[in-house]
Amino acid sequence: MQTPSLPATVTTPESRTLPTLATPLAGSPAAPPSRVSIEGTVVADRVYRAAIFGFALCVPILLLLIFVEVGVAGWPALRQFGFGFLTSSTWDPVAGQFGAAPAIAGTIITSIIALVIATPLALGGAIFLSDFAPSWVRQPLAFLIDLLAAVPSVVYGLWGVFFLLPLLREDVMPFLRDTLHLGATPFFRGPAYGPSVLAAGLILSIMVLPYIAAVSREVLMAVPRSQREAALALGATRWETITGAVIPFARSGIIGGVILGLGRALGETMAVTMVIGNRHELSASLFAPGYTMASLIANEFSEATNDVHLSALMAVGFVLLLITLVVNGIARWLVWQTGGSRS
Amino acid sequence: MSYVMVALTVVAAGLAIVPLVAILGYLIKQGAGALSLEFFTSMPKPVGEAGGGMVNAILGTLILIGIASSVGLPIGIGAGLYLAERGGTRLANLVRFLADVLNGLPSIVMGIFAWEFLVRPIGHFSALAGGAAIGAMMIPLVTRTTEEMVRTVPQSLREAALALGFPRWRTSLQIVLRTALGGIVTGVLVAVARVAGETAPLLFTAFGNQFFSTKLTQPIAALPLQVFVYAISPYDEWHAQAWAGALVLIALILIISVISRFVVRSKHGRAND
Repeated sequence: MQTPSLPATVTTPESRTLPTLATPLAGSPAAPPSRVSIEGTVVADRVYRAAIFGFALCVPILLLLIFVEVGVAGWPALRQFGFGFLTSSTWDPVAGQFGAAPAIAGTIITSIIALVIATPLALGGAIFLSDFAPSWVRQPLAFLIDLLAAVPSVVYGLWGVFFLLPLLREDVMPFLRDTLHLGATPFFRGPAYGPSVLAAGLILSIMVLPYIAAVSREVLMAVPRSQREAALALGATRWETITGAVIPFARSGIIGGVILGLGRALGETMAVTMVIGNRHELSASLFAPGYTMASLIANEFSEATNDVHLSALMAVGFVLLLITLVVNGIARWLVWQTGGSRS
Repeated sequence: MSYVMVALTVVAAGLAIVPLVAILGYLIKQGAGALSLEFFTSMPKPVGEAGGGMVNAILGTLILIGIASSVGLPIGIGAGLYLAERGGTRLANLVRFLADVLNGLPSIVMGIFAWEFLVRPIGHFSALAGGAAIGAMMIPLVTRTTEEMVRTVPQSLREAALALGFPRWRTSLQIVLRTALGGIVTGVLVAVARVAGETAPLLFTAFGNQFFSTKLTQPIAALPLQVFVYAISPYDEWHAQAWAGALVLIALILIISVISRFVVRSKHGRAND
């Protein structure tokens, strides 16, 4: 592998032929450093600083632009329907009535299902990887869990449609409803079609697991060794060390990781669109089809019949944007508190 | 008690990779049958005819990745350099925080934003709009990795370059950035792998195309879009093609991910010399 070398860049032919003192800005880039004019250097440095400053500014500008564009596009619907947009459950493009309550509820319910399933698995896995796994297991296993995050949403959706939905329809749903008699509760009632809020929650749980696991592992590893050694020295078992000394130290980081997973679950689109059934319906039963905000936009946007419909979909996008901004902001803040560095 | 709980963490770790195995296994089982050389070289067949390929979508995805990279890489790397060199300032902290927030932005929101910003004013779907949408999604990832990698470059290297009379900007670009290049390439590959499979931002921007098109101002086909359309269609022949497309897509992503791992390894090997 070639290492960067100073002489190669200094003695290129072009750098020799260029005038040095006469052309401060244009000449200085390739001029031999020893004879470069100080002014040229200063100007070039300023230009460089301004350039990277400009690139850095692109990040807040982009975010602001998204916020404004989507907000302005959704404003007509928000103004027309007011607070009822969030609470009404009538979504009728023909009559021009739009209420996003079913989609908002669906988003929250599917996300909760996802977190309830994914959090214990991700946290357990993270504890195993950070504290108990032998080193030859650690790397490959962490890699495999990370790979879950690399699988595209649409592939999860495809798998969901042809593997998960039949499995739910034939086995899982009848088992929950009839064998476990959970059909007596309002949550597991009704015919087992397959496409359902439950299916969306399940697929989301797989999708957010790697994010929660990655952040949890990182904050657990960031807990100082001395913390563990102190607990062990006091006679704690290895598990007591985890619950008594490690987790309290990493608590806010772990919570941050879970909230980060929540952010992912709230905005996940393709896989959910493919398995949730896409119906504007508010049902207590997890077996019933539903909608999430993201799947509502994905499903109806290209068929938006009129300006109000389009604006209503934009408004749904804006509400989703606001929720995820707040959720992600809180998550990042919590993770930073514990000193986990990234992801 | 202690042993039971430790055993439970092992079970949790095991359960966490069950879905991965299930998905990849099922994908290979379903996709391998439909995969052939024809898939890479021919156009989609009409409904009802088996076979055909997705050459337009494969090419389209590569073009979209190219556009996305030319949007996402300069901004991401530039912003990352800024964060690494101006680390402590208030603005830097804000940019870092917002980059993380942007990273968590739902992809569908990026899609409707790009539609509103790039498609609606122009009046038609285009490859450029789709590429820009997924390019914007690359920015936060590239920014954060660049920053991290540039930070690992020893201060002594900067000082050596400055002592030799290098201006700061050359020190930054030719010494610091080049030293950190291995890690940055990894970050870029991870970002590419992530956006290669993005579908939601392309739904209303690149839109998809049943024909062969490489025009940047026209709608363009993309592998994930094609997989989505075929998956929700009612035709068995199309389902087979969706599986094959998904297999190609995931192979592409896995290859990029694995390459990125090796880049890191070789980079670290060099840093330790």
